[in-house]
Amino acid sequence: MKLSKDKLADFLAAIPGKTVFGPQLSGETLRFTPVTRPGNLCPTVNNATVPPKSVVFPQTETMFRFEQGATDIRTAEPSGETVLFGVRPCDARAMSIVDNVFFWDVDDPYYLIRRTNSALVGLACLDPCVNCFCTSMGGGPASTEGLDILLTDLGESYLLEVLTGKGEMLCQSAEKLLSQASSADKEAAKMLQEKAAAQISRQIDPSGIPARLPALWESPIWEKISASCLGCGICTYLCPTCHCFDMQDETEGEESRRYRTWDSCMFSEYTLHASGHNPRPTRRERTRNRINHKFSYFVDKFKVMACVGCGRCINLCPVNIDILDILSQVGEQAL
Amino acid sequence: MNTHPYKPNIATVQDTWYETFGDRCIKTFKVVFDDEEVRDNWTHLPGQCAMIGILGTGESMISISCSPTEGKFLRFSVMRAGKVTKALHELEAGDKMTVRGPYGNTFPVDEWKGKNIITIGGGIGQAPLRPIIEYVRAKKSEYGDLTVVYGARTSADLCFKGEFSELAKVENTSCRLSIDAKEEDWPHYVGFVPALLMEINPSPENTIAITCGPPIMINFVLQNLKKLNFPDDQIYTTLENRMKCGIGKCGRCNAGNLYVCKDGPVFSYAMLKNVPEAFA
Repeated sequence: MKLSKDKLADFLAAIPGKTVFGPQLSGETLRFTPVTRPGNLCPTVNNATVPPKSVVFPQTETMFRFEQGATDIRTAEPSGETVLFGVRPCDARAMSIVDNVFFWDVDDPYYLIRRTNSALVGLACLDPCVNCFCTSMGGGPASTEGLDILLTDLGESYLLEVLTGKGEMLCQSAEKLLSQASSADKEAAKMLQEKAAAQISRQIDPSGIPARLPALWESPIWEKISASCLGCGICTYLCPTCHCFDMQDETEGEESRRYRTWDSCMFSEYTLHASGHNPRPTRRERTRNRINHKFSYFVDKFKVMACVGCGRCINLCPVNIDILDILSQVGEQAL
Repeated sequence: MNTHPYKPNIATVQDTWYETFGDRCIKTFKVVFDDEEVRDNWTHLPGQCAMIGILGTGESMISISCSPTEGKFLRFSVMRAGKVTKALHELEAGDKMTVRGPYGNTFPVDEWKGKNIITIGGGIGQAPLRPIIEYVRAKKSEYGDLTVVYGARTSADLCFKGEFSELAKVENTSCRLSIDAKEEDWPHYVGFVPALLMEINPSPENTIAITCGPPIMINFVLQNLKKLNFPDDQIYTTLENRMKCGIGKCGRCNAGNLYVCKDGPVFSYAMLKNVPEAFA
């Protein structure tokens, strides 16, 4: 199928009863926010700074409300269906990876509702950024994993591939706006996708990393890698696969709420015991945990690495700590 | 029935008392769920924990320090340390707290049937050991000898002080208490728990050793158990780490690839010896 770009606004408007989230500038930050005017969408520039995980796993989310001194606990229930438009294939893959955690044995009820009620319309990356390395992590600029629809920008129109039943439902309401894609369109999309994949210059073979990490536990590389780390946590906050959260209570007047909020293993308080003891006392231990969690522990538990190669942690680190550089060091270190 | 994994249940404090005094005093709470259905459906086994807290303040993961054989109530022995535990310490009989759980795995009590059990505890580390002691005591005919080794810095720092003389009267059960330095009228051992363990010199034959206490004590107890030829799979401990969710989502309680909240808190030394962060 094909969707002419001048019909995009109509296509989004035709989706009944769902809130469409898409990459839009809020201040200087590109993040997924509700689309009120499709003209504000920025689907063609670089990937959003804040990954779309923020829609299914909000940065701050109320879990319960209660009155001071009362014992009646009111559970906050996410409501409404959402469509995430313009999701990059790396971020869609990341959501599938994070599903492992939130659906491990016990479903996380908040995530379950938001995730079940959201459809992902992806946009193939045709102009990967300099630090993208999705192809090394099992993905690619046109990977369909986790997506319901994949769009490929053909200039005047999008090639629209329906990937799931959810994707089909979205198109049903906008059938009149779509046209048949010709074999030339499909060929053109394929060429663009392949060209994009070939443009990704940063590459690594991470297959040996999980097995090497345990042997490097006491290696001096952790000291070296973390020496310049400021502990700001941006690498984890904006990582599409990072899922750690804190839970806190807050009271305003008579009403209190329990909320959860993104947390980071790069913060000292993250593991600090009430006794004052901290099992990960310095950035060396925290950096080591971050890398081990993504490339060893997560693989042990869920058979997949918790990294999709989106490059955000490289692009955003204020002191240029580079995860690919870390992985290279892990790969090259004598065991 | 509350099936929401984060939604706490309301419980009423029936009784409280101080185990120890001072800046980091330990207070025990005996609590009962308000909702009859929750009370009737609650099951736990020795080793498990619960998230207890106060609405508007927060929650802390605390070992359940009673055995289900003791009755339809829960006991928590809480050291006054952080924001939540300080607020909990303000509670008296009749006050409300929140409880959700139980979380984590349990001591393999069925697997241990017919075996001798020795617990080696230090300080507040006796709290997670108390349920297994009470459980074995209640089902004494199903288990072998029970040896309780417990120490603290001073006699005033021992928890559950009143319980040991009664416990020692149970058939095939012995209690050995220790304090670090000599005190007047102290009839028991003076010295450190790992040294007392060597003096007791338990045989590893058909015996499970369970230890919990400060990291330094655990380290020496483990070394001494190895000297006594205890195989790794006959040594157990329970770990603790900061926790928020209790169900393996929030990320922080891992020791290496193990989540203390889900894979633990009970681990055999065979499982932990190659986990580099286990005793960090």
